Amino acid sequence: MTGAFRVPRRGIDGSRREVRFSFNGRLFTGLAGDTLASALLANGVHLMGRSFKYHRARGVLTAGSAEPNALVSIDRGAGRVTPNVRATMQEIYDGLRATSQNHFPSLHFDLGSAADLLSPLIPAGFYYKTFMWPRMAWRMLYEPAIRRMAGLGVAPTAADPDRYAMRHAHCDVLVVGGGPAGLAAALAAAESGESVILCDENARLGGAILAEPATSSMGAAMAGWLERTLTDLVSRRNVRLLTRTTAFGIYGQNAVALAERRTDHLPPEAAHGSRERLWQIRARRIVIAAGAQEQPLVFPGNDRPGVMLAGAARTYLNQFDVLPGRRPLVVTADDSAYALAKELIAAGARPAAVVDLRPDACPMLAKDISACGVAVFTGGMVLGVKGAHRVRGARVADANGRVRKVNCDAIFMSGGWAPSLSLVSQASGQIVWSEEANTYLPGALPKDIRCAGACAAAGSLQDAIDQGTSAGFWAGRVRRAEPPSQTAPEARLSPASGGPLVSPVTRQVSGLRGKAFIDFQNDVTAKDVQLAIREGFHSIEHIKRYTTTGMATDQGRTSNLNALSIASDTLGLPVPQVGLTTFRPPYTPVTFGVLANFARDGDLDPVRKAPMHDWAVGQGAVFEDVGMWRRARYFPRAGESMRTAVARECLATRRSAGVYDASTLGKIEVVGPDAAEFLNRMYTGSWSKLAVGRCKYGVMLREDGFIFDDGVIGRMAADRFHVTTTTSGAARVLAHMEDYLQTEFPDLRVWLTSTTEQWAVIAVNGPKSRDIVGAVVDGLDLSNEAFPHMSVAEARMLDTPIRLFRVSFTGELGFEVNVPSALATVAWQAVMEAGAAHDLCPYGTETMHVLRAEKGYIIIGQDTDGTVTPEDAGLGWAVGKTKPDFVGLRSLQRPDIVDSHRKQLVGLLPTDPNLVLEEGAQLVEEEMIGEPGSSLGHVTSSYWSGLLGRSFALGLVESGRQRKGQVLLATTSRGFAPVRIEAPSFYDQGGERLNG
Amino acid sequence: MLLIDCPHCGPRAEPEFQYGGEAHIARPGDPSALSDEAWATHLFFRSNSRGLHAERWRHSHGCGRYFNAVRDTVTDRFACTYPTGTPRPDIADKPGETR
Repeated sequence: MTGAFRVPRRGIDGSRREVRFSFNGRLFTGLAGDTLASALLANGVHLMGRSFKYHRARGVLTAGSAEPNALVSIDRGAGRVTPNVRATMQEIYDGLRATSQNHFPSLHFDLGSAADLLSPLIPAGFYYKTFMWPRMAWRMLYEPAIRRMAGLGVAPTAADPDRYAMRHAHCDVLVVGGGPAGLAAALAAAESGESVILCDENARLGGAILAEPATSSMGAAMAGWLERTLTDLVSRRNVRLLTRTTAFGIYGQNAVALAERRTDHLPPEAAHGSRERLWQIRARRIVIAAGAQEQPLVFPGNDRPGVMLAGAARTYLNQFDVLPGRRPLVVTADDSAYALAKELIAAGARPAAVVDLRPDACPMLAKDISACGVAVFTGGMVLGVKGAHRVRGARVADANGRVRKVNCDAIFMSGGWAPSLSLVSQASGQIVWSEEANTYLPGALPKDIRCAGACAAAGSLQDAIDQGTSAGFWAGRVRRAEPPSQTAPEARLSPASGGPLVSPVTRQVSGLRGKAFIDFQNDVTAKDVQLAIREGFHSIEHIKRYTTTGMATDQGRTSNLNALSIASDTLGLPVPQVGLTTFRPPYTPVTFGVLANFARDGDLDPVRKAPMHDWAVGQGAVFEDVGMWRRARYFPRAGESMRTAVARECLATRRSAGVYDASTLGKIEVVGPDAAEFLNRMYTGSWSKLAVGRCKYGVMLREDGFIFDDGVIGRMAADRFHVTTTTSGAARVLAHMEDYLQTEFPDLRVWLTSTTEQWAVIAVNGPKSRDIVGAVVDGLDLSNEAFPHMSVAEARMLDTPIRLFRVSFTGELGFEVNVPSALATVAWQAVMEAGAAHDLCPYGTETMHVLRAEKGYIIIGQDTDGTVTPEDAGLGWAVGKTKPDFVGLRSLQRPDIVDSHRKQLVGLLPTDPNLVLEEGAQLVEEEMIGEPGSSLGHVTSSYWSGLLGRSFALGLVESGRQRKGQVLLATTSRGFAPVRIEAPSFYDQGGERLNG
Repeated sequence: MLLIDCPHCGPRAEPEFQYGGEAHIARPGDPSALSDEAWATHLFFRSNSRGLHAERWRHSHGCGRYFNAVRDTVTDRFACTYPTGTPRPDIADKPGETR
């Protein structure tokens, strides 16, 4: 037994296997191919959830992805609980565990439903006007309580153990929607051999055809067409069919994002591979065949379990073999519900009545139904619904206003069908109001997008196929007007035989008592919209935000038109003047998993590591991220804090020797006959006269005169320079150089090659560095005379060619050993061994920062911010004053650059030697305190110095060099602290140690 | 994500490229001969077109070369791409028309 409401053998499927699943712990049996909703309905279960705000009992409204009510949690094990799954989309499998949401203690007895009784106190926007006092209580009491009461499912806290995949694809034609129009379009487009991808959010292709009864002649013909079309499409190599795949967003240039659900319909033990796949598709042309959404009618109690859309009832009956009511009331403003009424009778149901809201409904249709013994109330209306957990009856008025009570176990309603225009709206297609159709239709579309089928107002299944075929010919660049030959003649239908797919949307609105819902998921009633308008919200955008109608996860696919219509009636304005809200991606909710995809944990952001990284890890280094690089910050010994470790590393380097991994420095090999001239134009200094074997500090400006980068440049040969850049500037310096070389100076014969990752750099600094480097480098005299400060040479180490620089970023005697990266760890080890006799101390970036700041060496991007000139930074000496031109030279003469009030680099000593200022702290004079926006400058670098035995800092201060000796106030978290302005160098101002 | 037709490599995904500002703004041969005003105009003033806009792109994660493109700033659609140093192709300026 698979449910008391199962109708024997009606659907398109043949034999169906039994499937066992549980809902709220109770075991049920369904059939393979069922959704959770259809399987529960087959077992007579309509109550599937509680609503968001009022905790009202809710059943299914739809049979598809627009479902606002029947949201459940699916439990597939630890970390695999998915909340807010639409029961109408979840396929059942053996062992499926589903639970309902938002209730306490149980679905049937929910204390939260008191909110329904208190509803007069909590109308739309209540939180804007109540719970205002006392002020603190909102955050502490009201909001947490309201949040607990309201809501949907609970997200799991365990990490998601599933894998997600991603694919990029290009195709000539993308067809969105696998109903009659989409399938016909795919087939037609495929004729020309163009590549075609078709996607559909459902498990089965066929769309509206699946809702046709297989027993009718049209249903049989359509089923035949569907089978032949699918067989044909599957056989074509240029066609890819993606089921359970939602096109959730259209972006620029026909980029479409698809989420393919690959395992959620399988028992967890049978689910292998990725759970979902994100497709990023670039399509030359797109056919949107997204179908139409039936609209609810607005009457009191229209949300009770048992009330559903007539089209949904047809789908349950014809596709899933489920009779969702034995004595249903059919309420309609649309002809399509009459077909349902007849099919219900044929399936053994006894409809209580048919209420047609339209006074001018077609009498032929009514007569057809009356002939079966079912009362038809043309021009009637529904006044109320009995039954909280399940519909038991309704009060119905006929055209003359006579009220009668009818007993019924379900209500099937149809407010007409509205095209699904979400994707059209996302693609910036026009959406126009049609007075005739009483709904919005697609208007002018981007030139490579077309709509077909019900979303383009097709009137019948045959219309949909014809529209799809013609859109497919257009998309596939097929030059013929005939339908594809694969459509067999018997599949042709007379246009009249298909029911209308798009029909006028009308609603039943009235001043009746009881809640008549517009937005089921967000619990917005007709009265809420009317209240919003009374309170002055007249634009639909304002009404939407105030009432939250259309703002739930279904994006108002079943509510927007009703809200618009009620607003239009209340305001006395035509619908187009009330406006239309914008649909945005995603079309339906998309998991974070498929969006994050493999970019999680260690793969979220790539990490660059120098070759010596593992050695530093082994030494227990503390790391910091510098751009994409992960760098050793300091090497603490047992019990050391950062301050003591850094002070020890600094002192060791100044007294004996320190070693530092400088591999992350950017390196560019600049080669060619015009290399020196090129550098003359790119850097402020002059390079023509730099001798081979010498190096020089270079400053690079942008054209606006501000410092862009700096670094030491060594001349390896007449036509070859070894350029170093800052760690973070490597890529942008190369791009900057390439820009000028390619576009401004294409006549220069110069070639640029990034060598950042080819050279690993071991920087050895300190008085003993010569002894250590001399012990490992062969074939080079390192004496002051032979290899003075700012020398560079090619040498050998471990039988490998290396480049040795004598440079210093610490103020001590220093060498930078550039070794091929492959040799880095061996070379590092050799240096460490040679240094053992000299207490060689490894140090990290924090120590490097302190050492250079004690000397007043700037770091680009820390002591400069893109508004600092060489003069500001005290680097005027590095500018070649006699050079005719270089990038940025002209700007150094701009009036605001030569202004004497510019901020200049200074040293700062806090009066309190233990106070380490915060970097970014503002510097003011006493009389400026309290004056908004006034500041003389700020702190750019600030440290504790073990060498000085006190704190110190660098900063940029207005006319700073003239203020030497002056005391300013720095902002701190505890008020203002006095600091004295000094020259930006605190150690060995004469620079003797460099030449040691 | 845009698809950009590099004149040297063919159509490639936008993340491979870097934007390079407005095209056809040549650096003056002798900047020091320019008045402050003329230099400021060269440095800071751009056409900021609505509609077709000639601009520079660099295929930084491909061939590394700069090239020019005409792009509609209303629709983001590229009308054409062409190598650096060649004149802007004659394409009618109809804002939004190419959508």
